Amino acid sequence: MRVPAHLLWLIPALPLLAAGIGAFAPRTARRTTAGSAIAAMAISFLLSCGALVTALRDPAVHAVHNFAWFDLGHGALRLGWLLDPLTALMGVMVTLVGLLIFIFSAGYMAEDANFKQFFCFLSLFGAAMLGLLVANSLLLLFICWELVGLASYLLIGFWFHQPSAAAAAKKAFITTRIGDLGLLVGLLWLYDATGSLLFFDGGEGVLEAGPLAALSAQTTVGGLAVSTAIGLLIFCGAAGKSGQFPLHVWLPDAMEGPTPVSALIHAATMVAAGVFLIARVYPLLAADLTLPSAPLHALSVVATIGAITALLGAVIAVGQNDIKRILAFSTVSQLGYMMLALGVGSWVTAIFHLLTHAFFKALLFLGAGSVIHAAHHEQDIRRLGGLRAPLRVTFATFAVGMMALAGVPFLFSGFWSKEAILHAAHGWSVSQLPFAAGLIAVVLTAFYTTRLVAEVFLGTPRGEGAARAQESPAVMTVPLVLLAVCAALLGFIGTPWWPWLQRTLDPTFATEPGGFGLMAVSIVLVATGLGAGWALYARIPRSSAGEADPVERRAPRLFAALADRLGFDELYAATVGRLNAWTAAFADALDRRVWDGTVRLLAGLGLFTGQVTRETDENLINGGFDAASGGLRSGGRAYSRGQSGDTHSYLRYIAIGFTLIALAVLLGVRR
Amino acid sequence: MNLSPLHLCLLFSSALFCVGLIGALSRGNSILVLLGVELMLNAGNINLIAFWRFGPAPAEGTGVLFVLFAIAIAAAEAAVGLALVIAVHRHQRNIRLQEANHLRG
Repeated sequence: MRVPAHLLWLIPALPLLAAGIGAFAPRTARRTTAGSAIAAMAISFLLSCGALVTALRDPAVHAVHNFAWFDLGHGALRLGWLLDPLTALMGVMVTLVGLLIFIFSAGYMAEDANFKQFFCFLSLFGAAMLGLLVANSLLLLFICWELVGLASYLLIGFWFHQPSAAAAAKKAFITTRIGDLGLLVGLLWLYDATGSLLFFDGGEGVLEAGPLAALSAQTTVGGLAVSTAIGLLIFCGAAGKSGQFPLHVWLPDAMEGPTPVSALIHAATMVAAGVFLIARVYPLLAADLTLPSAPLHALSVVATIGAITALLGAVIAVGQNDIKRILAFSTVSQLGYMMLALGVGSWVTAIFHLLTHAFFKALLFLGAGSVIHAAHHEQDIRRLGGLRAPLRVTFATFAVGMMALAGVPFLFSGFWSKEAILHAAHGWSVSQLPFAAGLIAVVLTAFYTTRLVAEVFLGTPRGEGAARAQESPAVMTVPLVLLAVCAALLGFIGTPWWPWLQRTLDPTFATEPGGFGLMAVSIVLVATGLGAGWALYARIPRSSAGEADPVERRAPRLFAALADRLGFDELYAATVGRLNAWTAAFADALDRRVWDGTVRLLAGLGLFTGQVTRETDENLINGGFDAASGGLRSGGRAYSRGQSGDTHSYLRYIAIGFTLIALAVLLGVRR
Repeated sequence: MNLSPLHLCLLFSSALFCVGLIGALSRGNSILVLLGVELMLNAGNINLIAFWRFGPAPAEGTGVLFVLFAIAIAAAEAAVGLALVIAVHRHQRNIRLQEANHLRG
């Protein structure tokens, strides 16, 4: 089966249709909604596979189908669909992971009263993400981007009756909106500078050589090339969406949503969007590399932010106690890795890690969902424990996901993709600091994943929920098994010996020699992390929920700071939040004092004018007319009094009148 | 007192007119009022005949024609008047003129 570029719109359209069905179906139509959502995603998956087959026939070609959306002045605003290996691979990943998460949700959410809405929102989320992937226009991408934001808001706040979920949804929406402002400004600037927003348009698109050369040739404030400035603005949007430092704060709070939503946000859709965006516009960001005198390269910023985020996420994850929060911070950290890879110029490895991460993180989140479901909504790892025996399938698959995340060598996909990123970072000519940050994060990742698995699955049950845990139904475990298979095997499409994925995405990709020493180093680091985790958490499992964490015992203040997420939320509350409060107070005062006074004055003037008009009306104009009509009325009454209806009197008057006339005539004649 | 035939005729018609007027004014019965009106009309006719008979050119017969027309019109009028009387009777079950004042303003 082949799916050419002009049929790509079907891929997002089907989930959108399912969302429409879900929106209009009655509340009780649970099977219809879930069935249509899953069926639409399955067909989209098949279509994506067809698109992948089509794209792989000629990987170097960007097949596009552009069309005019509406006329604008002398030209027209054009949108389009784009089919290349990047789109196709991402499409297959999103639809496959999405499909498995949808199926899992049918089991996980089975008892929820708003089951129908949940599937409606999920389909909308999937449709928006797929639309974002197939867009050949930054504008279309932006539209879908915002739809993703909206759907994530709806889903994170799905249990909006809990204040924390409502607050988390608001936080996610507003934080990503800050980044999106940058993206919007970048988009407008790009349109102003090039007159087009299409990525590929037969030489005219913004990612093609001609416009890129023009963009990097112009300079703006501070000697920055225009392409650098626009690239950084676009990166703002990506940083917000992909939870990069300093906009990472929303991602852990997004855990308030149902667990399948966390899986979807953290694996396949929302956070992947930012990395995908940067990979898509990579030529724009890389355009300034040809300018040796540029004060700042956009990609250096990306690499720095990515390295900070990778390290920060890994550090904070060590000190968290909520199973989903640990995974959330690991997502932040892994996204940092991807941005790091993009920044050091190896966007193909970023996509490689994005794909493998999508599978193993979806696996971990769904595994966490299975644990939470089984343990009667207990999320605190201190009160879990001992779940290995009752949850055999969940434990086995979760362990696979954990080893993929930690980067356990050779068999697990995370190892290969992370290895490729470290390799690329090592080869970066500008600085070795990101590489160092990546290495430290490797140790920490191995450490906290070990801690997570040891706390949740080993030892004895330490809480009511964990003690009564039972394995989840097949509708939940089957997706876990499928994801575990992918999480283990997916790495083999991008090993240094057979870099199929890298070659497909970028035909000029070449493996650099001498990577095996590096691989040995990272294996040692992973082993260190795993060993430390094992020594601290698995050797002597925690015996009670109240017991202090081993790290907490050794460094209580450090652990407290980590548990507090290094105070970023407090810092933002104290700076941005307070600034916002001040601005709001100022605006409030301005409103109450100045504008309110002005409005009141104007209202008073209006009232006064009205009063004057009324007086004039009533006394002058109405009075005149009243008097005139009163006169008419009394005159009429006087005349009507003479009309008695008595024929005799009429006749009498006639006779008298006639007599008088006769007399007058006679007298007149006499005279 | 030297009275010509014309004067006598005019005096007679005046008397007839007055009788008719008094009859019309003094009676409540509509039919009697109509009778009075007819009397006044005929007084006028007598005047016409008298002026023709004793006027400058009595041979041409104009006065008789005039009067014939007036009588015809009076007959038509009387027919209309009687029809009105019947209508009034239907309406108020009598023909007293004093009560027929429903068009009063």
